[in-house]
Amino acid sequence: MKRAAFNHRLLPVALLVPQIAIIAIFFYWPAWTAIQSSFYLEDPFGFGSTFVGTDNYTRLFASSEYLKVAQFTILFTVIITVFALGAALLLAVKADKVLRGARTYRTLLMWVYAIAPPVAGFIGVMLFDQNIGPMTDLFNWLGHDYRLGLNYMDTAFAMTITSIWIQIPVNFIFFLSGLQSIPQSVKEAAMIDNASPTRRFWETTFPLLAPTAFFLLIINITYALFDTFGVIDTIVYGNPASNPMTLVYKVFVDGFRGNDIGGSSAQSVVLMLLVLGLTIFQFRMLERRIHYT
Amino acid sequence: MTDTTLSMPVQVAPRGRRIRLSVIGDHFVLILGALFMMAPIYMTLTTASHENLTIHREGLQFLFGGELLNNFDAAMFGQGGFSGEITGMSMLKNSLILGMGFALGKIVLSMMAAYAIVYFRLRFATFAFWVIFTTLLLPLEVRIVPSYEVITGLGLANTYTGLIVPLLASATGTFFFRQYFLSIPEELVEAARIDGAGPVKFFIDILVPLSRTMIAAIFIVMFVYGWNQYLWPTLITTDEGLYTLVRGIKQIRQSLAESNQIPAYGQAMALSIIAILPPVLIVVFLQNWFIKGLVESDK
Amino acid sequence: MATVRLSNISKTYPNGAKAVHPTSFDIADGELIVLVGPSGCGKSTLLRMVAGLEDITTGELSIGERIVNTLDPAERDIAMVFQNYALYPHMTVGKNMAYGLKNRGIDKATIAAKVDTAAQMLNLTEYLDRRPSQLSGGQRQRVAMGRAIVRDPALFLFDEPLSNLDAKLRNQMRIEIRALQRRLNTTAMYVTHDQVEAMTMADRIVVLNGGQVEQIGTPSEIYRAPASTFVASFMGAPPMNLIPAHYNGNGTVAVGSLSLPIARPADHKGEVVLGIRPEDATIGGTTPFKLDLIEELGANRLLHGTIDGNAFTVNAPNDDQPLATDLTLSLPNDTLHLFHGESGVRL
Repeated sequence: MKRAAFNHRLLPVALLVPQIAIIAIFFYWPAWTAIQSSFYLEDPFGFGSTFVGTDNYTRLFASSEYLKVAQFTILFTVIITVFALGAALLLAVKADKVLRGARTYRTLLMWVYAIAPPVAGFIGVMLFDQNIGPMTDLFNWLGHDYRLGLNYMDTAFAMTITSIWIQIPVNFIFFLSGLQSIPQSVKEAAMIDNASPTRRFWETTFPLLAPTAFFLLIINITYALFDTFGVIDTIVYGNPASNPMTLVYKVFVDGFRGNDIGGSSAQSVVLMLLVLGLTIFQFRMLERRIHYT
Repeated sequence: MTDTTLSMPVQVAPRGRRIRLSVIGDHFVLILGALFMMAPIYMTLTTASHENLTIHREGLQFLFGGELLNNFDAAMFGQGGFSGEITGMSMLKNSLILGMGFALGKIVLSMMAAYAIVYFRLRFATFAFWVIFTTLLLPLEVRIVPSYEVITGLGLANTYTGLIVPLLASATGTFFFRQYFLSIPEELVEAARIDGAGPVKFFIDILVPLSRTMIAAIFIVMFVYGWNQYLWPTLITTDEGLYTLVRGIKQIRQSLAESNQIPAYGQAMALSIIAILPPVLIVVFLQNWFIKGLVESDK
Repeated sequence: MATVRLSNISKTYPNGAKAVHPTSFDIADGELIVLVGPSGCGKSTLLRMVAGLEDITTGELSIGERIVNTLDPAERDIAMVFQNYALYPHMTVGKNMAYGLKNRGIDKATIAAKVDTAAQMLNLTEYLDRRPSQLSGGQRQRVAMGRAIVRDPALFLFDEPLSNLDAKLRNQMRIEIRALQRRLNTTAMYVTHDQVEAMTMADRIVVLNGGQVEQIGTPSEIYRAPASTFVASFMGAPPMNLIPAHYNGNGTVAVGSLSLPIARPADHKGEVVLGIRPEDATIGGTTPFKLDLIEELGANRLLHGTIDGNAFTVNAPNDDQPLATDLTLSLPNDTLHLFHGESGVRL
């Protein structure tokens, strides 16, 4: 709040009402419903529901399928985060270094950001298609009988690489702007103090990039958990059962295809807790260190 | 200048060569990265210029063929779907409505809310802040099932309202404008108050014009975000007349998976390009604003 | 044009912090009064309360005939120049100056005439269509002045208006502001932390420390008879030498083994602080002075050293003569100031 804030009473309330109303109706109400129905078992035909306590949760954690999905989600998240961040950092460092064509490289490396995940997923499906995909040809030539949608690992591979592909631009943009915001004087001081470019990077540049990197870490985890939905949906289309999927996708599949509202809601609540934990971790870290400015 | 190069030729030469090598290495990495990012889209475009039969027989194409315009024409104006009333044009229109409506709604709502939080002495300001900012915790994907039930319960399925408004229930824009308003020097509002400007005048005369670049930047980011929405449109629009381009991709995926004849690959690729093109053009040509909006809004 | 009266104005923040203790003084019509003190002394808070940007906790404030405590800033008939100028970045110079008038519903022709007059006065005529970002620091400062002038207010408020300028420009603007204020004959309240600015510009100075008024007086009163050790050390450059001493009531003060006669006997006996301005001490006398360092200032030089172990500075005319380490000083007894040893109040 500003020191010399206005003293009106009704105006700020009127300004806040639209936003708060939308959030109340379309955020808090559904979120509350999810928590509520996670304790109920709904009749598949829509004839009422019965209170079952924590049954939905115990059923969930006893389900080997759910645990398998959870396991895949963790692996998927780790791989995407590592590769999307690593590749973007490498490219950003190079793009920050070159003098010629820096702007062109920036444009070429970032524009894929604008592509929607499901469209990326669809292009992925085409590239890895059984009949027409050049990637499939490549795998066959290497001696692997690649089968998208039939072989679990093959599908997972297409999913992961497509997800990494569309996540690189965001990371690239943030790393590059992080690099460019390092003051010239700091770079010059490092030049004088430290001869080796590699050591200079790890001892000066990278620590200064740490806040950006940490922020991106959170963003990438969130992305892998939630925003990859479109990629997964187009790639496993029509046949989710035997294919890899993430926890979020399972919420959707169980809720809409399986009509298991109670189970799906319990999964939602588990994910809510996960995000809550992630956020608390983020705030903790931000408070503790990684603040050099 | 001449003196130094003459006196130390032995030291200068290898150093120069090493630098040149490392520069070539940098460019090599960047070109490789750019190829990795662009190749899939390039192949989508080249494949969109061939006949379905060619694609079916030979796979995705690396070079351009002669069918580009035909495929684009079919994708834009050919009737599709169960009802036959869905064309690329109708989907383009819906995508624009979603992108624009979302971006505009986001900016109006969040500027108002941020203004109230930053510039007024409000007893429940902290409470309002937390009510709004908790929404950052739960992406729509997590609460998708109950959201769907609530919105269909309100009779908003298959309406533009039902499509756009629920997506506005998040704090991203508000948070962004709050940060920006806080960064505006305190003295500006003080000077304005001494100049006799009340809260409404200050907002319209000073704050909005001052935020122009910020508004443009956030508009671009939000437009792209809205345009690219997938899960929510998929659920809430069952009426094909309301399909967006991104939603249409699911339709195409379905027809490819289930068709018995040679799938309309060329047309599908062309539609993908159409779905990609508007946000890509915006991101490329309004790059500086876009980066500003992206980098600052996520802080 | 108006007189301003502050009676028992004080400020306590909601968290209980006292920023300004009850303060009373009057500003005469056309007078320029400078509030000076270190940062956090409450000078800006006091100014902002007069402006109406900060609520007044207790006391009564009147500008002209009106009590303005509860009035909005816009209704107080004041104009303010801010430290960072606070120009509207998206408006041209002309629009910046006109905005306050426009909000008062003044007709366009009158506004244009007033802006023109002010622009001429400040040499801004050719910049009227530029944006603030296209101007230099000094020009922006002038625009801020212009914005204040066009309003033709009863009271000017200046909040450290020169502290963002470089030293040369600051000297020049100091003179310009002072001349302008004289010419317009508008009552003014000026906040600064710079004692040179305070001394050179003020009709009267209010020295503040820790939310309390230490002294109110003309620049020469403040210089000649500082009311406390705080004022003595804050006003004047280099600051007054302050040496702990003992006063036994018989007309001399004892500094260690030295004994100095004073002109004016005081009531207080015991521990005191002896004050001597560096420019009042002269070389050659009876007080031994050990010289450590010479700072050349051109016409003058500063001799830093010690008297009986206490740091002491002499501001002597520069005669280019080499100086020995051990000197003697003459400290005329009518230039000695005595302060209470504990409270620091002038005796």
